[in-house]
Amino acid sequence: MNGLIYAFLAIGAAFNALGAVALIRFPDVYTRIHGATKCTTFGSIFSILAVAVYGIAQGGGAGGTMAVRAFLALLFLLLTNPTGSHALARGAHRSGIKPFRAVVDRLEEVGHGHREVP
Amino acid sequence: MRRVAEWATTATLAFVVFLVLASFTGRWGVWAPDELLAGGVIALLVGLATGRFAWSRGGWRLLEPQRWLLFLVYLVGPFLYAMARANLDVAWRVITGRINPGIVRFNPGLRTDFGRTFLANSITLTPGTLTVDVDEGSGDFFVHWINVKDPLPTADAVCGPFPEWARRIAE
Repeated sequence: MNGLIYAFLAIGAAFNALGAVALIRFPDVYTRIHGATKCTTFGSIFSILAVAVYGIAQGGGAGGTMAVRAFLALLFLLLTNPTGSHALARGAHRSGIKPFRAVVDRLEEVGHGHREVP
Repeated sequence: MRRVAEWATTATLAFVVFLVLASFTGRWGVWAPDELLAGGVIALLVGLATGRFAWSRGGWRLLEPQRWLLFLVYLVGPFLYAMARANLDVAWRVITGRINPGIVRFNPGLRTDFGRTFLANSITLTPGTLTVDVDEGSGDFFVHWINVKDPLPTADAVCGPFPEWARRIAE
């Protein structure tokens, strides 16, 4: 059981570290959102799984609470993360930040007024 | 009447989530009475605040239990597989720095708000693709893609089986 917990923690830490590296490596806000929110989500999923497994291994009331709350935290993370990154990206594009080195930008061609024109 | 049903349903769902959160905490059965009281008040407030938005445009069909079952199957099956594969792909791009970004446009053919939200969240959670905007009239998705293979892609090229599952679960 301990081995499983350590494995989950190691995978989680590795992906979180990759997310941090992505902030330095990637050139603009959109690609950084890819690295910094997605890699860290995947890393956090494994960290939370480690907590849940630890809670189940402990057993009893306290361990059960820990496991249930860990899974709820995972659920809320999966719901709020895409909403937050979508809001960041949409806000960035609406305030005029162009994607760096983009091969296409269909949203720029259409413009943000496309809702009024059917 | 419809308004009352809307907020009552939302409050009930919020209370169920609270029951899961507060499980194993009390000596009175599984839950402590003061926790239940606090949960009830919070669930009512949540219902009053969000009931209006949750059920517009065919949201009621989300209460059908087989959709929840399908959602669980989707979550542990195709979604987890796609997410893990895409994570390794993006991890490789972080290390090598090989990117080919762009914002592409495609139409997955979804009609309801929930279906679109579902697909947009699935796309955004998968590394390498990020929903920047959705045209609410035509249902066109604008997706920032870290490795553009095709400037005029189909929905399948960007997000694989996700639109099919969004249609099955949410529409």
